[in-house]
Amino acid sequence: MYNSPIFKIKIFSILRVFAVFLALSAFSAPAFSQHDAPGHGQEAHETGAGEEKKFEPSEVILEHIADSHSWHLWGHTHIPLPVILYTDKGIETFSSSHLDHGHYAGKYYTYALEHNKIKVVNAEGQIDEAATKNVWDFSITRNVASMWLSIILLMVIFISVSSAYKKREGKAPKGLQSFLEPVILFVRDDIAKPNIGHKYARFMPLLLTMFFFIWINNLIGLVPFFPGGANLTGNIAVTLVMAAITLIVVNVNGNKYYWKHILLPDVPKWIYPIMWPVEIVGIFSKPFALMIRLFANITAGHIIVLSLISLIFVFKSFAIAPVSVAFVVFMDVLELLVAVLQAFIFTLLTALFIGNAIEEHHH
Amino acid sequence: MIGSIAALGAGLAVIGAGIGIGQIGGKAVEGIARQPEAASKIQGAMIIAAALVEGAALFGVVVSFLGLR
Amino acid sequence: MELVTPEIGLVFWTTVSFLILLAILGKFAWKPIMTAIDERERTIEEALFKAEAAKEEMARLTSENEALLKQARAERDVILAEARKVKEQIVGDAKDAAQKEGARMIESARLEINNMKAIALADVKNQVATLSLDIAEKVLRKQFEDQGKQDQLVADLLKEVKLS
Repeated sequence: MYNSPIFKIKIFSILRVFAVFLALSAFSAPAFSQHDAPGHGQEAHETGAGEEKKFEPSEVILEHIADSHSWHLWGHTHIPLPVILYTDKGIETFSSSHLDHGHYAGKYYTYALEHNKIKVVNAEGQIDEAATKNVWDFSITRNVASMWLSIILLMVIFISVSSAYKKREGKAPKGLQSFLEPVILFVRDDIAKPNIGHKYARFMPLLLTMFFFIWINNLIGLVPFFPGGANLTGNIAVTLVMAAITLIVVNVNGNKYYWKHILLPDVPKWIYPIMWPVEIVGIFSKPFALMIRLFANITAGHIIVLSLISLIFVFKSFAIAPVSVAFVVFMDVLELLVAVLQAFIFTLLTALFIGNAIEEHHH
Repeated sequence: MIGSIAALGAGLAVIGAGIGIGQIGGKAVEGIARQPEAASKIQGAMIIAAALVEGAALFGVVVSFLGLR
Repeated sequence: MELVTPEIGLVFWTTVSFLILLAILGKFAWKPIMTAIDERERTIEEALFKAEAAKEEMARLTSENEALLKQARAERDVILAEARKVKEQIVGDAKDAAQKEGARMIESARLEINNMKAIALADVKNQVATLSLDIAEKVLRKQFEDQGKQDQLVADLLKEVKLS
């Protein structure tokens, strides 16, 4: 199934990078630890003077992983994003730049940001949790903006590829088309066909869209600066939607054998009360596992990369930077593999569930 | 305190997953050594099984996320 | 906890965006791409099939040619063998005929020679007889020119006759 040369090259290159990295870290770690001692105090003093706040890695990491109402560019520059709130009194829209400096009085409530979440503030300037419950946040956050960016990218890429197919009908693929065709064929021949069977063609659009959507968002998530940086596929809301789509597609397309297996399995009748809850949990647990897998994989990857970067600031030393950067480069290469692997696994399991649901049993 | 306990839990989950993925990898290599012509099929099954085991470990990680903030 | 709590806004926008993406890509990208790929695969398969058929046809023709060639060669061999036989026969016949003709000719020549010889001999005999008769006549004439000798001969002859 995975005999494609690309796959093998990837594994081997990863191993090579891993070997180089191990050698590098083995040599660099002791070398830098010697230089560490004298430089350490000085650095600490300098940074300590500049920043009044103590560096708290988990806070920084969680902030980077979580969604945000503005898109950080560099230093203190942010791109403000539109805030859309559906309150019990009506819809309210304003720019998130109003929230940069304290409270903003909207039409219906006064709002403030707390941990990058919009909260309602009462007359005394205190956060009003009860009123916040009436406000639904439909803002165009960093994740939403990043998702739209990825969607525009996907559309540009694939509509141009499809026009290339029209232009070069019956000819060998060229350029971007020749790069993407093996991937499309991989999705068809190694994901859809073996798992779904001869009715695969109907699910191809879904599987291809899923695969490329997850893949491109995983990749954009790995880009540390402006157009990237959003942790979209590592956000539970996104994976929840993807998994819910899988759940709906699987159960809508489930045939009578699928439902018979759930509702009237081949066991004695008196076990049915036990079987039903188990089977119904089974229906939901599979997409749930999909949701958690993608979310946790990507989030864990981001956390590791950010933790490694944080090491520099935790030790307050530039000497640790080469080791940290080497680790980060290694992790990023691994994350490149994980990006495509998770897209593949998600699509594969979706195809597998669909295949199970539409399988014809011949007794 | 909750954070540290959650971290311990995540660590325990990783032990299980590590053993699981190790078993999968080892058996896959054995299988490939026995039947090199089936290498691609074994690899495929191996990756799927590894992803499933990894999923179990990630449940542990997610539970440890629950303890955050 | 916050990390694993889905936010309604993102859920909403993801659903909307993903479905729109699915619809647009499904209509404008996947359908044409999959059709094009299938179409191309079909044509490639067809071309391969045709190539295979052509190869088979070629092999068939080659074997046919070979068979023809073999047959032609065999025929040629047969013809050559026959020709050789005919030639030998003709040569043999000719030799026989020539031999027979020769023998006949020799025979007739011999006969002719014998005939000629007989004729010649007969002629010679005749001439010798005539000649000897002439000679004898002449001798006799000479001897019997005087009467005395004739009388003496008659007397001799008479003496002989008396005694017998």
